[in-house]
Amino acid sequence: MMIMILKGGLWKDMLNMETNNKWIELELVKLYAIWLREFKVFLREKSRLIASTFTPLLWLFVIGEGFGATTDLFGTARFAADTNIGYQQFIFPGIICMSVIFTSVFFGSYIIWDRKFDFLKSVMVAPVSRTTIFLGKAFGGMTTSLIQAAILLIVGFVIGIHYTPLSMVFIVIIILLLSFTLTSLGLTLGSHMESLEGFQLIVSFVVFPLFFLSGALFPLDNLPTWLSILTTLDPVTYAVGALREVMLGITGINSFAMNIGVLLLSAVSLGTVGVLSFRRMRAV
Amino acid sequence: MITIKNLYKKYDNVTVLNDINIKVFDNEVFGLLGPNGAGKTTLIHILATLIKPTAGTATVNGYDIIKNPSEVRSSIGIVFQAPSSDDMLSGYENLKLHSLLYAVPKELREKRISEVLELVGLTNRKDDQVKKYSGGMRRRLEIARGLLHKPTVIFLDEPTLGLDPSSREVMWKYINRLVKDEKITLILTTHYMEEADFLCDRIGIIDKGMIIALDSPTQLKEGLGGEVIEMELAKKKYVDKENIDRLLKQCNFVRKVDLDTKKGSLLIYVDDASHNLPAILKILNNTNSTEVESVELRSPTLNDVFLKFAQRHITRKQGHDDEDDDNDSEGGFMERYAQYGNK
Ligand SMILES: Nc1ncnc2c1ncn2[C@@H]1O[C@H](COP(=O)(O)OP(=O)(O)O)[C@@H](O)[C@H]1O
Ligand SMILES: [Mg+2]
Repeated sequence: MMIMILKGGLWKDMLNMETNNKWIELELVKLYAIWLREFKVFLREKSRLIASTFTPLLWLFVIGEGFGATTDLFGTARFAADTNIGYQQFIFPGIICMSVIFTSVFFGSYIIWDRKFDFLKSVMVAPVSRTTIFLGKAFGGMTTSLIQAAILLIVGFVIGIHYTPLSMVFIVIIILLLSFTLTSLGLTLGSHMESLEGFQLIVSFVVFPLFFLSGALFPLDNLPTWLSILTTLDPVTYAVGALREVMLGITGINSFAMNIGVLLLSAVSLGTVGVLSFRRMRAV
Repeated sequence: MITIKNLYKKYDNVTVLNDINIKVFDNEVFGLLGPNGAGKTTLIHILATLIKPTAGTATVNGYDIIKNPSEVRSSIGIVFQAPSSDDMLSGYENLKLHSLLYAVPKELREKRISEVLELVGLTNRKDDQVKKYSGGMRRRLEIARGLLHKPTVIFLDEPTLGLDPSSREVMWKYINRLVKDEKITLILTTHYMEEADFLCDRIGIIDKGMIIALDSPTQLKEGLGGEVIEMELAKKKYVDKENIDRLLKQCNFVRKVDLDTKKGSLLIYVDDASHNLPAILKILNNTNSTEVESVELRSPTLNDVFLKFAQRHITRKQGHDDEDDDNDSEGGFMERYAQYGNK
């Protein structure tokens, strides 16, 4: 990915090691600056934090407990047959992913506000490469998603999820991969949109489908063909699968390696698409 | 130094900038003066490498805006027409962010931030979130931001747009101080004539994407010659425009006559107004077709300059007198601006 990203703009400079090192150092400082701005704004926008924690909790407790109470609905499902995992625990990884979807996609598309208030113009007129701007924002999105997810992970204790040091490491990696993928998606969409009206479309046509088609709420074993095709195409499916395996020990239809592999691939591809969109994005 | 050569910008079929050629010298304050929609912002954006020209090019500090955009960006500071700082951050944090983006050396950062805060008088408000700033303070913060990395060229796009008269004067004071304290070349756009007159060494008057006059304010005004006699004519009475025009233009001391029968206003550009006024009044009286209600003598303003050049420009372009278009340009900046005023 680095090669893809560095290609173009400053490829020529790569030949000169000294300039090159200096350049990378400066770009890293700029990247940090953009990340820091995103992080500060996130900390100050309390309403964002509260809104995007509340919805997943609502799902976890209302849907989780509500459907969980109806035992015969899920009594035949494989996950419940050979383990004593309840519905609420079963959807917990999906709820984590829901939080990541909301936070990351919205985070990316907030770039429309940056443009509306001319902040983006002030960044684009600075001597900063578009790739750096993109990565700074993407890392900002990953940070916020991780913080949101951490709050939910703590709630996980309450509903009886067991963590080990190793599982924690994997959980963080999975969340970061998914949030990079989805922040890139949000940034790509945001970079092509002129108005805030498009924002609502993102909610209806991106956020909800990503969540519902991910198998967050149901096992993927016995789905009709049309639905199983759609779930295969949804990158979130693999994050849910991987998290379920790490947190609950349930192996779904995809192996752990497969899940992580597809996540990596999605992160790289959407990251690349995002960088290219930023390169092409009109400044004014 | 900035050199703009045969620069064009077209959107679809609309020509927004039409063959712009300007040289701006080092340490000069250069004003782009023109009504709303003249193309000032577009030109600034092109020079700042945010938009690509359709044809032609420019160099800024010796760097070509098309071939070396990132060198151009490092060497310029720009203050946009609308404030672009982050509301959620404090003034200081905004400056810190940009000092990192412009790679201000670490050891100079804090010193430089304090300097520019001091220069624009925001030191004691630096830790407040920008959303708590007034319009004038926001503008000044933008100027501070534009100066952070010690650019040699600064662009100010309508630095006093939307400010009340007293904040405007404060802003003028800061701009003047800035020109004195920092060795910079300043390009500012404005549609306020007094502003251009007061701040600029040279002015390019831009209308409908073309530079129609370019000189120092004094030269532009003196070029018009003499003084202006401004008269108000009685509205009720019939005005024989043709006759008045012809008779006045016959006098060798009259340079230009501008009679608006609808508004009942008559502008006469003359040499030695105080001696020739009686003769003019006599001519008007003799036509028996009008009655002078009030007379004012004044020196030409940039508005008069604009009227003269804009009109000549339109006549030359169209080859005939288009009534609507004429009125449009004769209204001058302020009146034309009034249409957009509250936007
Ligand atoms: N992206 C665009 N597409 C089409 N027309 C544009 C665009 N941007 C500016 N214009 C037109 O270019 C003209 C000049 O605009 P601008 O440079 O903003 O003028 P000024 O700053 O002098 O008020 C206006 O008529 C405006 O409508
Ligand atoms: Mg403008």
